Amino acid sequence: MVKTVQPSSAAEVAEVLRDASAAGQTVVPRGAGTKFDWGDAPSTVDLVLDLRELRGLAEHAPADLVATVGAGTPLADLQAALAGAGQRLSVEVGSTAATVGGMLATGEGGPLRVRHGTGRDLLIGVEFVRADGVIAHSGGRVVKNVAGYDVGKLLCGSYGTLGVITSATFRLHPLPAARVWVCRTVQTPQDIHSLVGALLESTVEPTAVEVDLPALGPGTLAVLIEGTAGGVTKRAKSCRELLAGDVSTADTAPPWWNTYPFEPGDVALELVAPVDALHAAVYALHDAAGAAVPVRGSAGAGVVYATLPGSMPAGPVAAIVDAVRSVLLARDGSCVVLSVPPAMRGAVDLWGPVPGLDLMRRVKEQFDPARTLSPGRFVGGI
Amino acid sequence: MSTSSVDALATRLRTELGPGAVVTDEAARRTYECDGLTHYRAIPELVVLPDSAEEVQAVVRGCREYGLPFVARGSGTGLSGGALPVAGGVLIVTSRLRRILELDLRNGRAVVEPGVANLAISQAVAEAGWYYAPDPSSQLVCSIGGNVAENSGGAHCVKYGFTVHHVTGLEVCTSDGELVWLGARKSARSVGYDLVGVFVGSEGTLGIATKVAVRLLRRPEAVTTILAAFRTVADAGAATSAIIAAGLTPAAAEIMDALAIQAAEKAVNCHYPAGAGAVLIVELDGSAVEVAEEEAAVRELCAQSGSFELRVAADAAERAEIWKGRKSAFAAVGRISPQYIVQDGVIPRTALAEVLAEISALADRAGIRVANVFHAGDGNLHPLVLYDERVPGEHAAAEEVSGAILDLCVSRGGSITGEHGVGVDKAAKLPRMFTADDLDTMQLVRCAFDPAGRANPGKVFPTPRLCGEAPRHRSAGDAVEQAAQRAGIEAW
Repeated sequence: MVKTVQPSSAAEVAEVLRDASAAGQTVVPRGAGTKFDWGDAPSTVDLVLDLRELRGLAEHAPADLVATVGAGTPLADLQAALAGAGQRLSVEVGSTAATVGGMLATGEGGPLRVRHGTGRDLLIGVEFVRADGVIAHSGGRVVKNVAGYDVGKLLCGSYGTLGVITSATFRLHPLPAARVWVCRTVQTPQDIHSLVGALLESTVEPTAVEVDLPALGPGTLAVLIEGTAGGVTKRAKSCRELLAGDVSTADTAPPWWNTYPFEPGDVALELVAPVDALHAAVYALHDAAGAAVPVRGSAGAGVVYATLPGSMPAGPVAAIVDAVRSVLLARDGSCVVLSVPPAMRGAVDLWGPVPGLDLMRRVKEQFDPARTLSPGRFVGGI
Repeated sequence: MSTSSVDALATRLRTELGPGAVVTDEAARRTYECDGLTHYRAIPELVVLPDSAEEVQAVVRGCREYGLPFVARGSGTGLSGGALPVAGGVLIVTSRLRRILELDLRNGRAVVEPGVANLAISQAVAEAGWYYAPDPSSQLVCSIGGNVAENSGGAHCVKYGFTVHHVTGLEVCTSDGELVWLGARKSARSVGYDLVGVFVGSEGTLGIATKVAVRLLRRPEAVTTILAAFRTVADAGAATSAIIAAGLTPAAAEIMDALAIQAAEKAVNCHYPAGAGAVLIVELDGSAVEVAEEEAAVRELCAQSGSFELRVAADAAERAEIWKGRKSAFAAVGRISPQYIVQDGVIPRTALAEVLAEISALADRAGIRVANVFHAGDGNLHPLVLYDERVPGEHAAAEEVSGAILDLCVSRGGSITGEHGVGVDKAAKLPRMFTADDLDTMQLVRCAFDPAGRANPGKVFPTPRLCGEAPRHRSAGDAVEQAAQRAGIEAW
């Protein structure tokens, strides 16, 4: 039977992991659980380590633009606290209830990645607990620091298979004085391709370039422009000119902004491609599915999400994913199946080819030789 | 390890790589005895200059077979002894790996060999209006492979980030002699662990980067460079804080104190305002409208913080004129002191005034002069500790002040290195920042990549971790460990 424990400090997390590894138990860490169905199902789970009690802003130095926060803190709470000082952590993620630790551990990014990258790029220090219960740190509390290995980067996107993040220190940014969304109606992936190419060539300096392409009807390309009032006005104007066509400007985001096209129970896909090849991946997806598939995400960064019905049998899902992968592989892209319905688990290869898998296995072997943490959840059965 | 195994490897590599790629002559090998940190020296037993990733692989495989440690070296500009050879070991120099393999502006990406100079990338795409953002002071010559090893920064990283934010993928030769791609060439990222993230900044201890995929950026529409003169460093620091507090993100914010200015004036006649106790250089970039708005704000904030003279570069030539003094500062200090130590430490930006006052007090007590040049925007200090080795005791006093400055940085929650790396120079200092458990955990990564410890042994970590049972590496491991110990003894 799976037991859930809810430690309230790193020391307690360490104790749980020490005991669990001594007893040969397996442990799966979780935050808000918004992505608990992402990745493969762990081969065994004895303990669920609920980290939501590790919450709160431990330190915020506004003048240094740095904050340290408990891993179980909801990202939204962190942003609200920072906004009080006119600052933000420059990430938005589709799972809006996510905790900071969950966002980092799954490598979840969002629209702002065009300008600011993902949590990985803003993380300057981390505290975590190893599978054997040892508490460790890397990085620090200053924005510039090259002392020691940056183990924090390794933990980002590791799906809780290397260690349990208990606290994170981030570099912050001032809230922009002005922001505006320029939206344009688009019909096809080719439309998006041409417009995004022109945008990235321009001096519009978008913070985000998102696309929403529903299965039926026209889609939208939305460009977020941030900066000083005068600068935003001017860049929005050049953006409108550049996009031409059916363009509108708004000071609020379109309703689909920063949301995934999938829901729990769907097959959730993440397509990563060079910006210049993203349309090829989307066309491949449509061709393989035999119909238009809803696609949404960061066209400006070459990372978009798509969805297939959860009712589709595993065979066709695997065939569609394979077809997309074969197109992407030649173009340095990848297609990860973030989540499948329970019935499909094990029947679809979620990850596809993984360059450097042998080294990854060796890293896992060093950090968690007994396979205590989330065994089987990550690439190659790690 | 024995000389005979080095001889055997040299013979083999002459056949595989050609005689011109293998250097055994002692005088020739001696030219590689140090990097930019010249007081650590060791003559490599063998120097190899491979011309391709496959040739790097051949050398590393040879090292594996003969149980020899290896050190990679780019242009040798590093300031922490990261490319210091291991006596008795092999030095792999990447200077022939200078090809830009691919420029793909539609995806904002370049793929280059590790010996390509940092600035050469920007030059290759300049005409099209693009550039590579990280800009260490040595960018004219420093190699991108060295930048990857050190996670190099530069004056503009306060806005644009470090090497790790601009490298998306790497081909790496592991210490086993396998060539493997990590990360993405053209995409935002690849599947699996972020091995690129941990490889960048690992100072050559996880293997050798043989190809590097870097992100390119569009040149901003406008750039403005402002030079503001203040009576004191504290005032210049306060102006920087005010600029950041106002929500501005300058592309660079650099401060030089009176002694650094004096040195720069002597060296390059930079004509900074007379009577300045400190100058603050602020660079703004972005759209023309924004740069103009921000320039007005910076002017006002500088004036409020006591700036008595302010210049704005009207064109590229004037910008270069303002930067001339700053960029020459390290070397210029040679004009006012026969010897000096370039220190690299980080503090929270808000502690700037206080820490500078304490550095000044430390220097006074020791009877030593310290010139300060720093990246004020991110709290990265570069105190230049001056001494004359002909004066008995002065070198020791300078070393003591230099070390105390790092202690000061750590005590304020900062770092012992912001961009120069730990290398051989600061390995002994790493435990001031990290617990034994932290260091042990970091070395788990080392054990995964390089269980025998053949890649750049003796660097970064004060005490090598034993990587558990690895029978196939044992004999090699022993030799390497001895080498690491020797390097340790010589260095510290």
